[in-house]
Amino acid sequence: MEEYVLMKGNEAIAEAAIRAGTDGYFGYPITPQSEVIEYLAAAKPHERTGMVMLQAESEVAAINMLYGGAGAGKKVMTSSSSPGISLMQEGISYIAGSELPCLLVNVVRGGPGLGTIQPSQSDYFQATKGGGHGDYNLIVLAPASVQEMADFVSLGYDLAFKYRNPAMILSDGAIGQMMEKVKFKPQQPRSKKSPDWATTGKTPDRERNIITSLDLDPARQERFNEKLQAKYKEIREKEVRYEKIQCDDAEYLFVAYGTSSRICQKSMQMAREEGIKVGLLRPITLWPFPYNEIRMMSGQLKGILSVEMSAGQMIEDVKLAVEGKVKVKHYGRMGGIIPTPDEIVKNLKQKIIGG
Amino acid sequence: MADDTISTKELIKEENLVYKKSKILTDNEFHYCPGCGHTTTHRIIAEIIEEMDIQSKTIGIAPVGCSVFMYNYMDIDMQEAAHGRAPALATAIKRLLPEKYVFTYQGDGDLAAIGTAETIHACNRGENITMIFINNGIYGMTGGQMAPTTLVGMKSSTTPYGREVSLMGNPIKMTDIVVNLPGTYFVSRQSVHTPGNVRKTKKAIRKAFEYQALNKGTCFVEVVSNCPSGWKMTPVESNKWMAENMLPFYPLGDLKVPEE
Repeated sequence: MEEYVLMKGNEAIAEAAIRAGTDGYFGYPITPQSEVIEYLAAAKPHERTGMVMLQAESEVAAINMLYGGAGAGKKVMTSSSSPGISLMQEGISYIAGSELPCLLVNVVRGGPGLGTIQPSQSDYFQATKGGGHGDYNLIVLAPASVQEMADFVSLGYDLAFKYRNPAMILSDGAIGQMMEKVKFKPQQPRSKKSPDWATTGKTPDRERNIITSLDLDPARQERFNEKLQAKYKEIREKEVRYEKIQCDDAEYLFVAYGTSSRICQKSMQMAREEGIKVGLLRPITLWPFPYNEIRMMSGQLKGILSVEMSAGQMIEDVKLAVEGKVKVKHYGRMGGIIPTPDEIVKNLKQKIIGG
Repeated sequence: MADDTISTKELIKEENLVYKKSKILTDNEFHYCPGCGHTTTHRIIAEIIEEMDIQSKTIGIAPVGCSVFMYNYMDIDMQEAAHGRAPALATAIKRLLPEKYVFTYQGDGDLAAIGTAETIHACNRGENITMIFINNGIYGMTGGQMAPTTLVGMKSSTTPYGREVSLMGNPIKMTDIVVNLPGTYFVSRQSVHTPGNVRKTKKAIRKAFEYQALNKGTCFVEVVSNCPSGWKMTPVESNKWMAENMLPFYPLGDLKVPEE
C-alpha cells in the first residue's frame, strides 16, 4: 500500500508526472517552479519508465518541443511560471489550433513584467481567456493542495486527450513551494499505442498524417473554428468541477480558488464564529467556469466576495454568473502578498455586509 | 529525322524511362514560382525517402515561409512548425521516437533569424536529426524583404537601396557557425542550379539521412538557392546571378564530414 509522503507541490507534480506515464517533459528553469525539472533530473525517469526529460534552451523551445511531441501522439508536459508562460503563448495557440493534447503547469508569480518570485493569481485572464492569439480555450485546473497538484496531472492528461486540447494546471508559488502530505497513485505504464492522427510515419494502410493549424481558405478556417467552438461547448457542459463548503445555509459567499480558497476557509470559520453565515465556492476548473453553480445560489445570497491574489480577474466571471442579481465585490492582494484571514473577514464586512 | 532518334511510342516504354516522379511526391501541384529551388529540393528529398524505403519511418517538419505547405507535396507524416521552431519540434519527436527518421526543412528567415536559438541549440545538443536549410537570401513568402543572409548591397523590399552593413549588419553564415559546434556530424553546403549540383545535393542530403541511423549527431545541409520572383529576375537570370554573387560568399562543398 502506498504511504503518504511529505513533499513540495512542485515535487509532487514531478513525481505524479512520472507515475502518470508521461512520455516527455520539456522545460526551462524559472522560480518558483524549478523544483519540477530538478526533481525529474534527480529521479531518473528514463530508468523508471523510459520517460524523456529535457532542459530546453528557452520556454519558446520547450513549448515547441511539446508541440512536436504532442503531434507524435505522446503524453507530454511542461511547467513554468508567469513570464515563461507568457513566452509560450504562441506555441500554446499552435497546439490548440492543431487540436493536440498536452499538459501545461503554471506556478504563478506576481507580475507584470519580471514582477516578483512570490505567489500570485494574476495570470487568471491569460489562462482562462485563451492567452495567445485566436479563439481558443485551455482546460484550466486550479489545485488548492499538494495532493491536488499530484492528482491533477493525470486528470489534466485525461481531459487533454479526451478533447484533444491543451490542459493547464494553474497553481501559484505558495502551493508550489509548500510541503504537505501527499499520496501518489501507482505507476501507470506509458502508452504503447499511438492515436490514429499522430505523426509516427506513414504506413501503407493509412493516409499521411499532417499536424498543422494553417488553412488559408476562409470558409474552411471558419468551419474549423466552429468545430473548435462546438468542442468547447461540450467541455463547458460536461467538465465543470468545483467544491462547495458550508453553502447550504450561506447568506454570503466567498468565491476563491487555489491558495485564496484555503485562506477563505479560515476566514469562513472566523466569520461564522461571529454569526455571519458565509460559505465558500471553490472553482476547481477555472475554464470551464462554474457559472451555473454560482447562478443557482444567487437566490439565497446577499452578497459575494471574490477573493483573489490579483487586482480582480475572476470577479468578472463571478459577475457574469450572477447577472447583476447579487452584489459582487473583489478583495485581493497583489505583487506577491498573500491576504490574511482577518483581512478577508474585514473586507466581507465592509464591502458586502455593511456596504 | 536521324536514325538514332527514338519515337514517342518507344520513349514511353518502361525500359526507356530515365526519370519519373517519385512516389513520395503527391499529385498536388507545386505552388512555387517557376524556377524556384524549393521544387527541386523537395523532389530530391522525396526521391531519397523512396530510395531508402523509409516512408513509414519518416517525419518531416515544415517551416513558416515559402515552404510552409511542404506537407501538401510529400506523402509522409509531417508537422507544420511555428516560425523558426522546427528544430524544437524535431528534437522532441526524435527523442520520443528514436527509431524514426526526422528532418526539418527551413528557409533563411526561419532558420537563421527568428529560429537562431533553436538552430544552434539543436545542433549543439547533437540532436540526431537532418536539417535542410534553403538559403535564397530573401523572404520570399512575405514579398521579398531582407533576410539574415541577404548579401551586402543586395536590394530587397526592406533594403530598397541595397543592404548597408552600417545599418543592417552583415549576412550571417549559419552553416559556418553550426560546423563549429561539436554536436554536428555532417555539414554541407550545396546548390540546385545545375544538373551536376542537383546530383551533389542529392548525395549530401542522402548522407544526411543515412547518418541518422548511426545516432552520431546533427546532419545539416544548406542549399543555396534562387528566388526569381523575390530577386525580380527570370529563372535563368536568377541562377546566373546566384552563381556569380551568392556562391562566392556561400562557397559550396562539405564543411564537416565524418572521419572514416
